[in-house]
Amino acid sequence: MKLEIKGLCQDFGGPAVLRQVSLCTGNIQSLVLVGPSGGGKSTLLRILAGLDIPKAGSVSFDKTFLPQNEMGLFFYRKQVGTVFQGFNLFPHLSAFDNLLLPLIHVHGLSQEQARERVREPLDRFQLSDHAHKRPAELSGGQKQRIAILRALVTKPQMLFLDEPTSALDPEMTAEVLRMIQDLKSIGTRFVLVTHEMNFARHVADEIACIADGEVVAHGSGKEMFSNCPSPRMRSFFESILA
Amino acid sequence: MGKTTAHILVIAMLAALVAVAFMRVNYTWNWDGVWEYRQKFIQGWVTTLVLSVAALVGSIVIGMVAAMMLQSRREFVQALARVYVELVRGTPLLVQLLIGFYVVASAVGLDNRFVVGVLSLSLFSGAYMAEIFRGGLAAIPQTQRDAARAIGLSQWQSMRLVILPQALRLVLPPIAGQLVSLIKDSSLLSVIAISEFTLNAQEVNSFTYSALESYLPLAAGYLMLTLPLSWLARLLESRFRYET
Repeated sequence: MKLEIKGLCQDFGGPAVLRQVSLCTGNIQSLVLVGPSGGGKSTLLRILAGLDIPKAGSVSFDKTFLPQNEMGLFFYRKQVGTVFQGFNLFPHLSAFDNLLLPLIHVHGLSQEQARERVREPLDRFQLSDHAHKRPAELSGGQKQRIAILRALVTKPQMLFLDEPTSALDPEMTAEVLRMIQDLKSIGTRFVLVTHEMNFARHVADEIACIADGEVVAHGSGKEMFSNCPSPRMRSFFESILA
Repeated sequence: MGKTTAHILVIAMLAALVAVAFMRVNYTWNWDGVWEYRQKFIQGWVTTLVLSVAALVGSIVIGMVAAMMLQSRREFVQALARVYVELVRGTPLLVQLLIGFYVVASAVGLDNRFVVGVLSLSLFSGAYMAEIFRGGLAAIPQTQRDAARAIGLSQWQSMRLVILPQALRLVLPPIAGQLVSLIKDSSLLSVIAISEFTLNAQEVNSFTYSALESYLPLAAGYLMLTLPLSWLARLLESRFRYET
């Protein structure tokens, strides 16, 4: 995918959260957004995922522009998948039914087709034994892996992950990161917001550093971590990699 | 002690207490007169049952519509619902019934007491329902709506498949309580001369020159309507139960 962002601005009635964000990637499979909290990463991701409409600016994936109205975004969201920091599974449905819901009600599969579709991924990520449980009975890592599957079983063109491991302990974090690593190896295209720097270095084709509502640095993982051009990001990396 | 045993024990204790109280005031019973008018009790009870079921459906529909209006972004629609809820909840049902029947219904030429009664009761109870539904909807976190949008659900699908099922579980206990109130509030329809359960019991009382004989069957009759409702609500509640 080739992502092109031009002059993106966003605010929620107060001070600007994104200020003229522009970013042009190469033809890559994965983009990772890093940076301090409150810098605008999640806001940017929500726009990319079609959940919010920016105040100004444009976004295009492979030369196709993101719609600027709710109706257009409604159709756009059917083609992409989004994973949230807080999992956001539906608590009244079993893990299995969480996966079936979009397949049946958004993508028009029959109950039988939908069951068939989720069987293999559940197996592959060792979640079959937990599929009958309600979200409250799952561990954090299991919840997030089900949430990732829910975004994935509809075969989206792209996956957006907003700090998928920030609410998890180290063991569960490793569990979820392994899954994302697997997805990368089978060719899934994704944009990921994370604070896991080592993982970012591994999995990212390109990294964009976002702070104070701006892209302060952008390049390959290696460039970013060894020799970041932004002093703001250098001090950020030092503080979390120390 | 088992649950059933505990219930029986409590009821027995209560019955003993009441029996003792009646003995101390030397109340002389006259059940024969009341028994003669049993048909009137049954008619009244059935009328109350039909009234209640109709008003129950009416108040749920009105409550849902008003709850959605309360959340509307249009100021006028919201104000309409807000004024309705506050006005109805803040004034006595008695006044609403009298004005509803003798003024509003007369003005529009509606002279069917039964219809006016059901409508008034539905509007009265609907105002309480509206606040219950609104609270239930507001309790579902925004993140659930986000997730529903993210997987591509339309607004209506998100409401139907994600928000309502969760809200329903939250509002079930207060809704059941409100419906129980509604059944008992239907007794006030006697003021517009609907021959429902309470009015008939009062009539039997004056026909037979008795004091309390009509009122005990009256209480029992209302319990026969309200207890199954409470049981049903608890059954549904346990079926919908899940941790969050």
